[in-house]
Amino acid sequence: MTISIDSQDSNTKSLQPKGWLRYLSFSLDHKVIGIQYLVCGFLFYLIGGTLASAIRIELASPMSDFMPRDVYNQVLTLHGTIMIFLWIVPVVNGAFGNYLIPFYVGARDMAFPRLNAVAFWLIPPSGLMLVASYFIEGAAQAGWTAYPPLSITTPQSGQIIWIMSVLLLGGSSIFGGINFIATIIKLRRPGLKLMQLPMYCWAMLGTSLLVVLSTPVLAGTLILLSFDIVAHTGFFNPVLGGNVVVYQHLFWFYSHPAVYIMVLPAFGLVSEILPVHSRKPLFGYTTMVFSIMGIVVLGLVVWAHHMFTSGTPPWMRLFFTIATAFIAVPTGIKFFNWVATLWGGKISINSAMLFSCGFIINFVFGGITGVALAQVPFDIHVHDTYFVVAHFHYIVYGGTVFIIFSSIYHWFPKVTGKLMSEKLGIIHFAITFIGFNLCFAPQHWLGLNGMPRRVAEYDPQFQFVNQISSIGALLMAISTIPFLINIFLSIKDGKNSGDNPWNALTPEWLTSSPPPVENWKGEAPLVEEPYGYGKPISKEN
Amino acid sequence: MPKLLNKNYYLILIISAVFGISFWIGFNVNLLPPEASINAPIYDELFKILFIIGLIIFIGMTIAVIYSLFKFRKRKDQFGDGIALEGNLSLEIVWTIIPSIIVLIIGLYSYNIYDRMGGMKELNHSHEMIDSSTEKIWAGISQASNNEVASNNLSVEVSAMQFAFLFNYPKGEFISGELHVPVDHKVSMKMESKDVIHAFWVPEFRIKQDIIPGQPTILNFTPTKVGKYPIICAELCGPYHGGMRASIIVEEESDYKDWFNKNTKTEVSL
Repeated sequence: MTISIDSQDSNTKSLQPKGWLRYLSFSLDHKVIGIQYLVCGFLFYLIGGTLASAIRIELASPMSDFMPRDVYNQVLTLHGTIMIFLWIVPVVNGAFGNYLIPFYVGARDMAFPRLNAVAFWLIPPSGLMLVASYFIEGAAQAGWTAYPPLSITTPQSGQIIWIMSVLLLGGSSIFGGINFIATIIKLRRPGLKLMQLPMYCWAMLGTSLLVVLSTPVLAGTLILLSFDIVAHTGFFNPVLGGNVVVYQHLFWFYSHPAVYIMVLPAFGLVSEILPVHSRKPLFGYTTMVFSIMGIVVLGLVVWAHHMFTSGTPPWMRLFFTIATAFIAVPTGIKFFNWVATLWGGKISINSAMLFSCGFIINFVFGGITGVALAQVPFDIHVHDTYFVVAHFHYIVYGGTVFIIFSSIYHWFPKVTGKLMSEKLGIIHFAITFIGFNLCFAPQHWLGLNGMPRRVAEYDPQFQFVNQISSIGALLMAISTIPFLINIFLSIKDGKNSGDNPWNALTPEWLTSSPPPVENWKGEAPLVEEPYGYGKPISKEN
Repeated sequence: MPKLLNKNYYLILIISAVFGISFWIGFNVNLLPPEASINAPIYDELFKILFIIGLIIFIGMTIAVIYSLFKFRKRKDQFGDGIALEGNLSLEIVWTIIPSIIVLIIGLYSYNIYDRMGGMKELNHSHEMIDSSTEKIWAGISQASNNEVASNNLSVEVSAMQFAFLFNYPKGEFISGELHVPVDHKVSMKMESKDVIHAFWVPEFRIKQDIIPGQPTILNFTPTKVGKYPIICAELCGPYHGGMRASIIVEEESDYKDWFNKNTKTEVSL
């Protein structure tokens, strides 16, 4: 069955355009689709980053003077939506998942190549639609959470386009999730056991389960919300007897797992990068697998911690506090294991390694504030303030985005056969790390002392700290320049990397760089020990 | 070079230094605004504990990462791999159980804090409390029992709308744009929104409660310090969300009575 699909696809593949044009085609090659996801995501990252800069310019002064107030709300809504649905989720799942998973399971492509291409090609139109909504009657302005009744009472066209766009992106995400589960479970090469898979496969299996279980709930919720907006039904509209808190429950039932949809793949990627550059096996493989699954299970039952001030009964607050705080245990296990992986290694300090270590430090910080936020009495004071803004940027930027950069430095030779400049990479890391911490660390203090989130104006006593934060944001914007220069210079005339510049043992490196269309010239190798550094198997290489 | 101390002593030394620094920072660095309600010192106690535990973990992990990068970096003359160490079951058990215990203790402790703030009191049956039997009440922290509401010194009805708070004093039959309350008296507020979701936040009191349309919420607090504090809307409510603020004025009881009587009289004369 799989064999016949494979041969069918290879016929189709030979008819597809060659060269860079294939990245603009409906390609079925998982490697092309992976790059399509990555480049498309990065373009949206630049848009989302521009919006973030606009927010920080507005907040450099206490008055609302840079843009009109309703535009400011549109900007913050688009910033959140673009960064989550068009940059982080597609890139850590779609880009790296598509590129790596078939190699890791020893397959020649994903289980459903056409579904895979459809999943990608849903993203550019829905992203463009979202951005274009600004030019119609103004984009959505109720925040990326779109809480009713605000989302029902603000201008309709923007909100409806926002809903349509998020529905399409959610559909894309579900297609991808189904594909990853099928590929990991069904397309493993004969002889490859589940417990021999590289950790990123486990992370993607866990993530895809979350995607498939929770994204449909978001879709259903947003469809009901669109009924409230266009057909004047009363699901969430209190004027018509609806209940606004029900929306929050439904929304967060997806949107808290969404945090794990953004960070679990990053946990998988860092588990691939650290062993290679520290020349040591991944520490505690089995516990790492169980901790991923623990996070998946717990991640589904913690959503109401976003609603501690909404009005929830005490028993519910208590349950969600304990469940949320307990996520720290499997997450902590992963961090201890990564540090133990470094311990006693022969560490090459390069851009990929620096971004991964930056990730560990940033994420530990964000995790600690996360445990604090899980405590109801703590959360009540800082909920919906800049403390929360700082916390989740430490998780999604300091965590996931650092790993995206780390992964780009790590797998660039795989994709292009060329090395990136380490000098520019280290400059990129230094500016990003300093800029990021300068931007977000002070925001904890702002939140504790009385600055709510999503405001265009604030008490003048907070001006100085906001300006520090804005300088940090400026550095973050600048940091993309050495990165982009590095990418273009390296593609144009980077040093030849050879097939396996890092002497890595995971399967994607056991073929040529860049790989052939069918991934391997002959049979896919059976990699029983993807982390066998320091063992005889590694010394042979 | 003579070995002065063995490895374990260095480890103990570093760990005590991390603890020492964390405790020092925890007790000496104040990140919070002034305390002005009975909730605030309870909150700050929790904050201090979480801050110290967080610092210990953060500084410890950062040192471990930076030390590894430095100590185990590949020297120019080195080739080959590190040690083929794949795991250590007892270590895994240690770093599963210790964090679980810490998390559990923090959870129980914050439960205790929450209880002291009044959050764990039994949820009121709405029909006993409110005239309209169909109305649902959602409680915030420091919810009052039925008796407390009846015997309360001050009950205020808060209505929030885009982009203002209005405070209705039922006993005086007047509405004010500023919330005046006597110091050291319990205030019980029933809040309702006229349009979208808002939130009532006073940073100096460490309390926050959403104000929801179609669903009253209640919030009780006891101010302890005379002064003027900001009331901030903390839930995105529209373009002027950032400007949706009011003031709470905590005054001595006599001053409060003067203000109350003045307003009541004006209302009557109209």
